[in-house]
Amino acid sequence: MVGWVQMENANPVIFQRCRDRPLTASEEDEDLHLIRSINDPEHPLSLEELNVVEQVRVKVNDAESTVGVEFTPTIPHCSMATLIGLSIKVKLLRSLPDRFKIDVHITPGTHASEEAVNKQLADKERVAAALENSSLLEVVNQCLSSRNI
Amino acid sequence: HQAALRLLGQGGGSSSSPATRLSAHPDSRCWFVAWSPNGTLLASCGGDKAIRIWGREGDSWVCKSVLEDGHQRTVRKVAWSPCGNYLASASFDATTCIWKKNNEGFESLTVLEGHENEVKCVAWAPSGNLLATCSRDKSVWIWEVDEEDEYECVTVLNSHTQDVKHVAWHPTRELLASASYDNNICIYKEEDDDWECRATLEGHTSTVWSLCFDATGQRMASCSDDRTVKIWKEYPSESGDTSWKCVCTLSGYHGRTVYDVSWCPLTGALATACGDDAVRVFREDVTSNPEEPVFSLVAQVTKAHNQDVNCASWNPKEAGILASCSDNGELAIWRFKED
Repeated sequence: MVGWVQMENANPVIFQRCRDRPLTASEEDEDLHLIRSINDPEHPLSLEELNVVEQVRVKVNDAESTVGVEFTPTIPHCSMATLIGLSIKVKLLRSLPDRFKIDVHITPGTHASEEAVNKQLADKERVAAALENSSLLEVVNQCLSSRNI
Repeated sequence: HQAALRLLGQGGGSSSSPATRLSAHPDSRCWFVAWSPNGTLLASCGGDKAIRIWGREGDSWVCKSVLEDGHQRTVRKVAWSPCGNYLASASFDATTCIWKKNNEGFESLTVLEGHENEVKCVAWAPSGNLLATCSRDKSVWIWEVDEEDEYECVTVLNSHTQDVKHVAWHPTRELLASASYDNNICIYKEEDDDWECRATLEGHTSTVWSLCFDATGQRMASCSDDRTVKIWKEYPSESGDTSWKCVCTLSGYHGRTVYDVSWCPLTGALATACGDDAVRVFREDVTSNPEEPVFSLVAQVTKAHNQDVNCASWNPKEAGILASCSDNGELAIWRFKED
């Protein structure tokens, strides 16, 4: 069974932040801006610097009110995958109008427990219960706190 | 079939009463609604940790009581005792509260503790002497109630490998069904003072969120994150074990997770609550073979609520009256009409 918080990857590969690279049109996407600065729970770096969220993986369908995000954990056994996914989900839940259905998934083939993590992230009852857990909520809020970049 | 589902008081009749859409749990989620056994009261519960009791006054539905301070976290489900004098509430705070009706409203009678974490559902047996609870701790507990309002856990069942989402009793026999995140349904029966899982129903390909027996208890409907509803039929077996087979799968109708299913004991209509914001009503084709029944969609409201619909519940006494509730904190009361 997958929990929300487990252990760590001590030496992540660090990628350049988007603002240091040439911007493409798709990167102006509002939703990526929301997610881009989420902090990784284990490292003082943003998810984008760790390359766990790629802009190409954000799909917005305004007409159908759906947002799909695929994120790539740093390593196939990344124990923080569920927490990262939860942080992305919470950020979108807090930022988008209520009409949006938000689906957060791991990029296919990039994590050993992909199916279990996806199932847990899709279960709104478990997500609701997790967010009533004050210590877990604190970790999520830390991930979501804006850093001076 | 000509059928329609309309908000109570809205169109299609001589009544001029206001449409019945209530902000039951403002700024929160309304997780569940339950009709009292005589159909006059509706209990709702939600993310605001409260339970509200709704009743009719003239043409409007009003809040009669608010049950607060019973739980520290979300109240996930509520259930009325068959006599209508007690209410049980299941909460993420790992407890189940028993409330007793009095002249003023409801008083907290006792708190059932034991589950390790979130209690997801509570259900009374038809006799009123047994209560079942289930939890994310993967267990189902059966409690015995005595005349002094004392509750004692008589068994802990660990047949599921994951989170147990829902429990429901058979309408006439002491038979319990549970639905789980492990994609399965378990059926339990008591034999020689011992409760045991007598059947495991496999078929859904993701979390089973809810289930419901029909009026006779010969069939059961289940709904799932796999976006289908399955109809199961009991077949007698010589060993005395209970054997259930899936005789129908409703697929292609629901756009997202199906969170609840309700089988009307009066009309046989089947209602679903879905994460695609819709409420749907299905009808069995009376000419279809009972071994391979055919169900057709006869009415739906695609935007029944502005957010996920979490629960659909038929009034047990007034045919065609359906209550639903949503992530936006609303509850709505509908009238289902067939010509």
